[in-house]
Amino acid sequence: MLNTLSVLEFKSSTFFAPILILFNKDIAAIEQALQEKINLAPEFFRDSPLIVDLRELNKQNQDVDFVQITEILRKIGFFPVGIRGGNEQQNKQAHSLSIPIDTVREQGSPIIIGETHKQENIKQSPSQPEVTTAKEPIRPAAIPPVSAAATLITHPIRSGQRIYAAGDLIIMSQVSAGAEIMAEGNIHVYNTLRGRALAGVHGNTAVRIFCFDLQAELISIAGDYKTSEDLNKQMYKKPVQIYLQDHALIIKEIA
Amino acid sequence: MARIIVVTSGKGGVGKTTTSAAIAMGLAKKGHKTAVIDFDVGLRNLDLILGCERRVVYDFINVINGEASINQALIRDKNCNLLYILPASQTRDKDALTQEGVGKVLEELSKEFAYIVCDSPAGIEKGANLALYFADDAFVVTNPEISSVRDSDRMLGILSSKSRRAERNEEPIKEYLLLTRYDSDRVRSGEMLSLDDVQEILSLDLLGIIPESKSVLSASNAGIPVILDEKSEAGQAYTDVVARYLGEKRPHRFIDGKQGFLRRLFGGRK
Repeated sequence: MLNTLSVLEFKSSTFFAPILILFNKDIAAIEQALQEKINLAPEFFRDSPLIVDLRELNKQNQDVDFVQITEILRKIGFFPVGIRGGNEQQNKQAHSLSIPIDTVREQGSPIIIGETHKQENIKQSPSQPEVTTAKEPIRPAAIPPVSAAATLITHPIRSGQRIYAAGDLIIMSQVSAGAEIMAEGNIHVYNTLRGRALAGVHGNTAVRIFCFDLQAELISIAGDYKTSEDLNKQMYKKPVQIYLQDHALIIKEIA
Repeated sequence: MARIIVVTSGKGGVGKTTTSAAIAMGLAKKGHKTAVIDFDVGLRNLDLILGCERRVVYDFINVINGEASINQALIRDKNCNLLYILPASQTRDKDALTQEGVGKVLEELSKEFAYIVCDSPAGIEKGANLALYFADDAFVVTNPEISSVRDSDRMLGILSSKSRRAERNEEPIKEYLLLTRYDSDRVRSGEMLSLDDVQEILSLDLLGIIPESKSVLSASNAGIPVILDEKSEAGQAYTDVVARYLGEKRPHRFIDGKQGFLRRLFGGRK
């Protein structure tokens, strides 16, 4: 009995993967642009998993062959692990290549991890969800799951531990160097923050990070990040709040 | 039911085995029947520190595999008849350890012993994970230097998430800090982290500070746990640790070190 139980186990976990958003269907141009990016940081991209986002292309009705894209990516050294926003043909191609298809947010959700949240902005207001989009009508699918309750943690987050919260994350104890805390909503740390803190991991730019004692290795809001090297020395060991303003991370002391 | 103590650190060479031997001996000397188990399969050391290497017949893995009974494998210490050692196997590796097997051995030992001390190997792999899995208390052995502190912090995370107590949502493992190889002179000169520095990062209950001491090495070489060397600072510090663990209140010593003759003469420090 025990033996059969110890063979396997299913667990749910959240992973981060870069998303490649294509704006042009010219395969040669894509390859060249990728190669240039990789040359900047070869170690960072080596054997990296990648999700291909074709929504922009399909919006412009630029049909691209997903098999070709996959070949190029594999040749360069990426491992394509997903497709998002593909049309019927592209999804079929992905399926035959055993690449998972993201269908959950296909109706044009603006949730993008990375730096490209320029087209749409989500404003967080739990009571009255509202999407402020200049040119497009409100689409319910674009509203993030704000109803997720806040996660409260009272024990220390030690080096090597990762915490993920679907809503806000409130931590009453210290967060050690080498730990990683992530939330789709705001992050509050009522103690010393030495690890990495990533708020708005689904692209919500309106969220903030609050902490009593800033000694973080990295802070990020909706993909915009600063490492401890870039943190203003004057804010070190101070109680602060961190928010995004015009794509810049603002760190302000809480007086 | 025995209380199971794991002596762990993440980092190697910080004094886990020295500590395991010392506190196991200390508990036994206080009249508690104690077993100490070497989990460092393939790198057997505990038997050397306790001076029983020439009496090893069967080992932990033999017991797990059912090739020997626990009583055949346990070695009674020659200095204290309440202390028993279960040595590791030198010819196998950590894969020979199984959760089931370790659980059975601990369960059987629990019937007879008051304390079971598990000497964890370094690292965060199988051996270390199994050493802590069944623990009730953890002695986190840390040196006053940044890499050791970081590794201890990592270990604390594993203690709070991967133990049986964590999996069963029981009361978490009680974690204690043991700061070893502490050299107050080097702390003062800024070469080593101070107790406060370490406590700021780990924020744990301090069970004791073991000063860096030559007697540790000579005790290891002689196969006599340093706690039996009552004249040495390290021996006294371990005696304090055991007393504190058993609930006695004792002030912490060895934080500031000895005041040398010259320093007293010239008033070298404030």
